[in-house]
Amino acid sequence: MTKTTKMLGSDAILRCLEHEGVDVMFGIPGGAILPTYDAIARGTTVRHVLARHEQGAGHMAEGYARASGKVGVAMATSGPGATNLVTAIADAWMDSTPLVCITGQVRSDLIGTDAFQEVDITGITMPIVKHSWLVQDVRELPAVMKAAFHVARTGRQGPVLVDVAKDAQEAEIDFRYPDDVDLPGWKPPTKVHRPQIAEAARAILAAERPVIYAGGGVLNGDACDELRTLVEAADLPAVVTLMGKGCLPDSHPLNYGAPGMHGSKYANWALNKSDLVIAVGTRFDDRVTGKLSAFAPGARVIHFDIDAAEVGKIRHAEIPVVGPLKLALAELTKALREGGKPGHDAWLRQVEEWRRLFPYRYGKSGTMLKPQAAIEAARDLAASRTEDVLWTTGVGQHQMWAMQYVVCDKPRSFITSGGLGTMGYGIPAAIGAKAARPDATVVCIDGDGCFQMTGQELATAALERLPIVVVLINNGWLGMVRQWQEMFYAERFSETHLTHQVPDYAQLAEAYGCAGFTVRDEEELESALEAAFDAGRTAVVDVHCDPEEKCFPMVPAGAASVDVLEAPDEEGAIA
Amino acid sequence: MSTHTISVNLENKPGALARVSQMFSRRGYNIQSLAVGPTEQAGISRLTLRVDCSEHSLEQIEKQIHKLVNVLRVVELRPDDSVERELALITVAVQQDKRGELLALTQATGARVADIGRDAITFEVVGRPDELEAFEELVRPFGVRDLARTGRIGLRRPSAGGRRPTPTARL
Repeated sequence: MTKTTKMLGSDAILRCLEHEGVDVMFGIPGGAILPTYDAIARGTTVRHVLARHEQGAGHMAEGYARASGKVGVAMATSGPGATNLVTAIADAWMDSTPLVCITGQVRSDLIGTDAFQEVDITGITMPIVKHSWLVQDVRELPAVMKAAFHVARTGRQGPVLVDVAKDAQEAEIDFRYPDDVDLPGWKPPTKVHRPQIAEAARAILAAERPVIYAGGGVLNGDACDELRTLVEAADLPAVVTLMGKGCLPDSHPLNYGAPGMHGSKYANWALNKSDLVIAVGTRFDDRVTGKLSAFAPGARVIHFDIDAAEVGKIRHAEIPVVGPLKLALAELTKALREGGKPGHDAWLRQVEEWRRLFPYRYGKSGTMLKPQAAIEAARDLAASRTEDVLWTTGVGQHQMWAMQYVVCDKPRSFITSGGLGTMGYGIPAAIGAKAARPDATVVCIDGDGCFQMTGQELATAALERLPIVVVLINNGWLGMVRQWQEMFYAERFSETHLTHQVPDYAQLAEAYGCAGFTVRDEEELESALEAAFDAGRTAVVDVHCDPEEKCFPMVPAGAASVDVLEAPDEEGAIA
Repeated sequence: MSTHTISVNLENKPGALARVSQMFSRRGYNIQSLAVGPTEQAGISRLTLRVDCSEHSLEQIEKQIHKLVNVLRVVELRPDDSVERELALITVAVQQDKRGELLALTQATGARVADIGRDAITFEVVGRPDELEAFEELVRPFGVRDLARTGRIGLRRPSAGGRRPTPTARL
């Protein structure tokens, strides 16, 4: 019998976090979580980062989780504190980011009475969490916390929520952190089915036009090394989704980058014209497949995933392989090495030819700075640095340009909101990433629309000494919406003009105690970026960009993803 | 599209039932009936659902439900190898002079009389869902005043081969 210690529920929550190895959490106090914040004041080894909005705290926890590979922790009070976390929880759900959200709940005798700041947050979040718990009896707390971390990080990762009634935080408990979890219904796969691996290997060796289609699951499954070994062992060309960016080095010769709506023509063609799609930790999202009936019509599919429910959900998999990717890919490489040399050299030459013919490109004409040029400058500066550089983005055109032009050669260096497409993700995610990787420079490529959704977190970055670099691709518009209005809504620019008039982002940055730079042309760009990288504090580089620049290539929504629209030809188009 | 019976064993925990039923509306499937009650094991409930969907959707439903933390087991009960029963309470309007006729008519069906009022009788019918429907048709000419059905429950037949039912969401 292990010794127990008498303590309050609130202290027990912190002891649980310490047992789980949590070093940073993100949150905002309020009425129903006050006892736990009082426990923080009594002392804990967990650093608390005070956000300015609970959504920010949630995205910080996500950025932390994505950068570190550990479970992110966010804390908020009941009612509005909890509902403000909902967007971040949904984001983590869509992108399989492991998160434990702890919310205060009104006293148990008030639950169900519409008490002040009461919401049914376990009910509200039910469709967007792996599991949730409402703790009204303090004696359940240790087991619930243990289970929460276990569920968040095992199987397909994702968010969980622990809602703790205020009186449970205040009650006394004989605390002992359990060694094991008691979850008879939670049995994520830990093995792979050998015969399926053998079948996959046979299919790969027999294929004439195989392609690997790798996604965020490779990062989550810690299978990046295994993927690279596989790619090299069998000379397999790979396309890597937005969420997977970094799981295979971008500069690896067999990495053909992102397919999908704003991916390259060569990646889309590699995927669509293949005869064998080897999907790894990816879920055939509509932004990748385009019109589903026209997606990779000549291909058989091998689908590797930890989540059985993803296999066959969108596209039938002739060879399903459910299990941990790390194990599955290692087994597959072994099977391939025993099976002889694959013979798809002609296909490799073909894909390489497409890459040569259809590179990402943009026009340089016009007087205003091109957003792509700003991102390329930041990329080139990052390449010259000795420290690691991590990237986060908001959502929209700038995100797609970042996907196209930023080079990520290390896992967990590109952190973005893929599934939910949450504008405003970039700044708080960068702060969370910085908390996880203080040694790295964290650069947020943001848009002006996104900036104004979560920009107040600059206060957090400044005061918590978590310096980040914000490269603001400021075109004065909700750019991606503008692009759709231009292309598909007869140029009726309905409610998308944010203007270049207000705010003055450099001044706003200064007001938050950060460094601010305004860039209007290419000459100012390099020096401003350099100053921002070296500022030693959070810096915002407001880059005024051409509002008419559109994001290409593009597969229009509902079109076949083989039908890629390229940037219009123009004088001076550059590769 | 066809109708399927799904049997779910789940931990009897707060919100467990809501999590399962939410999964159906969330993924756009309509539940025709849902019955829930205890099993032979303390703390474990069995949920029997009837749902209209394609085979592909059924596989998705089963896999998604299987992922729920409180769910222990998901199986489809196929009509050929399972026993399914349902209980209905039916209140039939009947004047005293027609009472004899109604009771004579229903006697052969195995329905029990649960209550007799001045101008109505409540029958209790247990059987296969098609038997319940046949009974309802039988008494309809008298006037059905009220009807409540439990929704079907089911178990795999012990006589249906030696193998235990394989959870379809076994991957």
